[in-house]
Amino acid sequence: MTNRTDIQLTINGKQVSGTNGQTILALAQEHGIDIPNLCNDPRLIPSGSCRLCVVEVDGQKAPVTACTFQIAPGMVVHTDTEEILALRKTILELLFSEHRGVCTTCDENGNCLLQKYGYEYQIDDTAFALPESNDPIENYTTGNEAMVYNSDKCIRCGRCIRICQEVQMDSALTFKERAAQVEVSTAFDMPLNDTTCELCGQCISTCPTGALYERSAKGRGQCKDFKRTRTTCGYCGVGCQIDLNVNSKNEIVRVTSPVGVIPNDGNLCVKGRFGMDFVGSDKRLTAPLIKRNGKFEKASWDEALDTIAKKLGEIKATHGPDSIGGLSSAKCTNEENYVFQKMIRTAIGTNNVDHCARLCHASTVAGLARAFGSGAMTNSIDEIRRAGCIFIIGSNTTEAHPVIGLAVKDAVVNNGAKLIVADPRTIDIVRFAELHMAQQPGTDVALINAMMHVILTENLADMEFIKKRCENFEAMEAIVKDFTPEMAEDVTTVSADAIRQAARIYATATSSSIIYSMGITQHTTGTDNVLSLANLAMLTGNVGKESTGVNPLRGQNNVQGACDLGALPNVYPGYQSVEDEKIHEKFEKAWGAKLSNKMGLTVVEMMHAVEEGKLKGLYLMGENPALSDPNLNRTRKSLEDIEFLAVQDIFLTETAEYADVVLPTMCFAEKDGTFTNTERRVQRVRKAIDGPGKSRDDWQIVCDLATRLGFPMKYNNASEILDEIASLSPIYGGISFERINDVGLSWPCPDKNHPGTKYLHKDQFKRGLGKFHPVEFKPPVEKADKTFPFLLSTGRQLYQFHTGTMTRKSPVINQVSPTGYVEIHNEDAERLGIVNGQKVSVATRRGIVTTQARVTTDIGKGWLFMPFHFSEGPANMLTIDALDPIAKIPEYKVCAANICSM
Amino acid sequence: MNKQTEDCLDLESLGKILASRENIESADLSPILQEIQLSYGYLPKEILLELNRRTGIPSSQIYGVATFYEQFHLEPHGKHTVRCCRGTACHVKGGRGIIQAVQRVLGIDEGETTDDMQFTFETVACLGTCFLAPVIMIDNDYYGNMTSGKVKGLLERYK
Ligand code: SF4
Ligand code: SF4
Ligand code: SF4
Ligand code: FES
Ligand code: FES
Repeated sequence: MTNRTDIQLTINGKQVSGTNGQTILALAQEHGIDIPNLCNDPRLIPSGSCRLCVVEVDGQKAPVTACTFQIAPGMVVHTDTEEILALRKTILELLFSEHRGVCTTCDENGNCLLQKYGYEYQIDDTAFALPESNDPIENYTTGNEAMVYNSDKCIRCGRCIRICQEVQMDSALTFKERAAQVEVSTAFDMPLNDTTCELCGQCISTCPTGALYERSAKGRGQCKDFKRTRTTCGYCGVGCQIDLNVNSKNEIVRVTSPVGVIPNDGNLCVKGRFGMDFVGSDKRLTAPLIKRNGKFEKASWDEALDTIAKKLGEIKATHGPDSIGGLSSAKCTNEENYVFQKMIRTAIGTNNVDHCARLCHASTVAGLARAFGSGAMTNSIDEIRRAGCIFIIGSNTTEAHPVIGLAVKDAVVNNGAKLIVADPRTIDIVRFAELHMAQQPGTDVALINAMMHVILTENLADMEFIKKRCENFEAMEAIVKDFTPEMAEDVTTVSADAIRQAARIYATATSSSIIYSMGITQHTTGTDNVLSLANLAMLTGNVGKESTGVNPLRGQNNVQGACDLGALPNVYPGYQSVEDEKIHEKFEKAWGAKLSNKMGLTVVEMMHAVEEGKLKGLYLMGENPALSDPNLNRTRKSLEDIEFLAVQDIFLTETAEYADVVLPTMCFAEKDGTFTNTERRVQRVRKAIDGPGKSRDDWQIVCDLATRLGFPMKYNNASEILDEIASLSPIYGGISFERINDVGLSWPCPDKNHPGTKYLHKDQFKRGLGKFHPVEFKPPVEKADKTFPFLLSTGRQLYQFHTGTMTRKSPVINQVSPTGYVEIHNEDAERLGIVNGQKVSVATRRGIVTTQARVTTDIGKGWLFMPFHFSEGPANMLTIDALDPIAKIPEYKVCAANICSM
Repeated sequence: MNKQTEDCLDLESLGKILASRENIESADLSPILQEIQLSYGYLPKEILLELNRRTGIPSSQIYGVATFYEQFHLEPHGKHTVRCCRGTACHVKGGRGIIQAVQRVLGIDEGETTDDMQFTFETVACLGTCFLAPVIMIDNDYYGNMTSGKVKGLLERYK
């Protein structure tokens, strides 16, 4: 940790002050003094290898490298003496004599540091070397879809190698050979995709020259001509800040990311960096479609909207407003979600509005609201880096939330955090763990109860915290008192010793942070699981403090926002209950409409209501239940049977195929608005390019429809909508476009001067006292039996996102993740005569799909695992639609299955 | 010896090399690679990949060190290295004849290793001892003023 003492020194005759441990370069940059540097990146440990940053320090015999030399009191530094300038020029000329390239034909032109300094120092033209030939030389990127390495333009600064090792911690790259032969390569010059590389592209991001470049961006414009728009990545809940680089043809050519900006500091994952092809895909919807005689026909906006308004109007008149439902979208902006739920609640007059958060974190919202009073990540991403202990349970962090994975790795490797992982599979992050507990899926409550048993019997609980800040402790204690680790071992198969060890590590660390995700929530006991984690945190006083907390990682880019903005059947924006009379009145007044005070239906309940004939009309914004919902056969039947279905989306998705009317909308790169990331940070989304054809903003479509339904809605822009949100939802009270222009704000942010909230429940829980809940272990609904002897779990993988609608348009991603698969343990596979890559069929009581076998020891015996992204082997044909009784989330993580070779 | 047992034997030597050390880190790589080369004759890819699995040192780093030092060989390599000079000085004084003589005596081309794994033959742009031209180098010893006639006898001494 840096010691924040002030150090006074002089740079170029000017008095400046810096902090202990700071380098001359960092301090100079802080004060706007430019020192040229090539091998330096603030994300990396300085290597001092290029020597371009040389400066003079009084008392030093020779010039020193500013990027490695630390400041000291009274130091006198000169950054631009004649000798220094001459020395730098010589260094640059040497580099140019080895760098064989021509800027005129180089993609990097305009963004290249070597070029920049070459110009600034007016390098002698005779120093330039020319390439021997233009033919690509074979190397580790040959044939790779993601990137191209050109050793001619490589200045051997080592930044790519170091970032792969120090930040991504994949160590895929190395220098090979010596002297003039040195170049970047992989182990044994293997093709990049055969190494530990995860295609994050961090190496490209740090390369100061055109030596490393995105393959798909080559020849599509030079960096100097791109228009760059800062926005928020549209994939996962981390909310990385990205710059979309757009060429003169309105195409996104490359994605870059600014170093030093929250929350990702210039780092991205494969989806954010290489997954943007979908935006310019020729499969995008460009005009409204109306289904006539079973076939889609292009229509005008007026025709399409009139049709929807007429149909919904008729259904409402005959069957009442509750016969209509709306599914909002965790992909859309806050403003769109707000407008959507407002339209459903006012123009239709029902609370039947929900979205896919139901399928991932409904149990989080329910559980944490009960225990703490607020259903969101308690602490911020950055705090993870300084936690003493990190307990990851049911989250494949490095694959589903890769950039948060970086924070976890940083904590362990650089700051000495102890990592405990509880996951049935040997996921990637396990290689950084002190302890891995491979519990049987669906037995989390037993595991956590036993950990609490240990903490209580060994007197490791924070009794003061419990007394002062919590309630109902005794009820919880009564349940775990007799539940020993040995009893838990029977249920979970994790050894009692490991459970004891985990409990001790978690309870005794300076600060402990729990990270969880769908492995916890997607169970019929999802809410119980979340309550257990809340118990564990309160028991040890690990909540309401820096680097602690219970931290659900949200899946979709804006699932937090969609929940915040009331795309839920029980609450208005800002988690204000529809059943609370005062709140109900407040919204009736603000919106000028009669509202229903009856709780609405959830996603899966809506599908079931169709079967019962109670739901006649459905309006979908950017959702794909025909691939994402459990028990697909049943879901698809509902979509087919429903009287009227309207869908607005960017593609003709599996779901849109069932629609009567389809409306083309814009994707995140084409519109303005905000997303709220998993750490409750509201961040800007900015329009970088024009949408295709006649596509329109989701909120404008919704407003037009509401108006046609007899409830006029009109806004001039998204900023106005956010202002309306702020006026009605106290947690967003102080948030506006203006305030989040540079850096996002984390809610609660009640007023214009509030700085936002880094971590929740500081001196008091949102609900007053934190509430312990006695939770007893209940097994999953389905058990393995004779016919279905395996248990099947579903989940995500690094390269794909959700139903693959976006990611599967990327050649980079398709190269490494072309199709679905099912994981099976070596021994099970051998017994059944299944070999790696073989075609197999997987069956459950609900359906059967064919896919490929991936034989591995990363999964337990008796278990199968399938990613759910692939429409050609849809895992959700198999999953069970049994629901958590409180949160109504389906049990995606466990069902009985069988597998056989084909 | 069938392939299976050969593989087992292979790993055994690696096991012995690693057994004498604790907490192996990247910094220990060069001495370990030296020992591996001593016991296997070169640095077999499979052994280096196994080294990565057993120590956790990234294989990229292992490869970096293995290619950095001239003494390491990633291909099977003879016990002795014979280097002939292709430089101008040597060429003028009949270096070509020396190269041909070595090829004849050992029965291999440049870059190859004899079947009995005794000799690997390489040519070099200049051995830096032009005053001795034509020059041949065996392991770390230089032999100047060579003639094709002396080649056979010289190589015999290393058998
Ligand atoms: S890498 Fe930089 S210096 Fe080299 S050709 Fe490209 S723009 Fe010019
Ligand atoms: S893409 Fe990422 S993992 Fe792959 S080599 Fe580059 S930095 Fe390493
Ligand atoms: S590829 Fe780029 S980052 Fe890597 S060593 Fe070469 S110049 Fe540096
Ligand atoms: S930037 Fe300091 S030595 Fe390269
Ligand atoms: S030319 Fe042969 S040693 Fe120099």
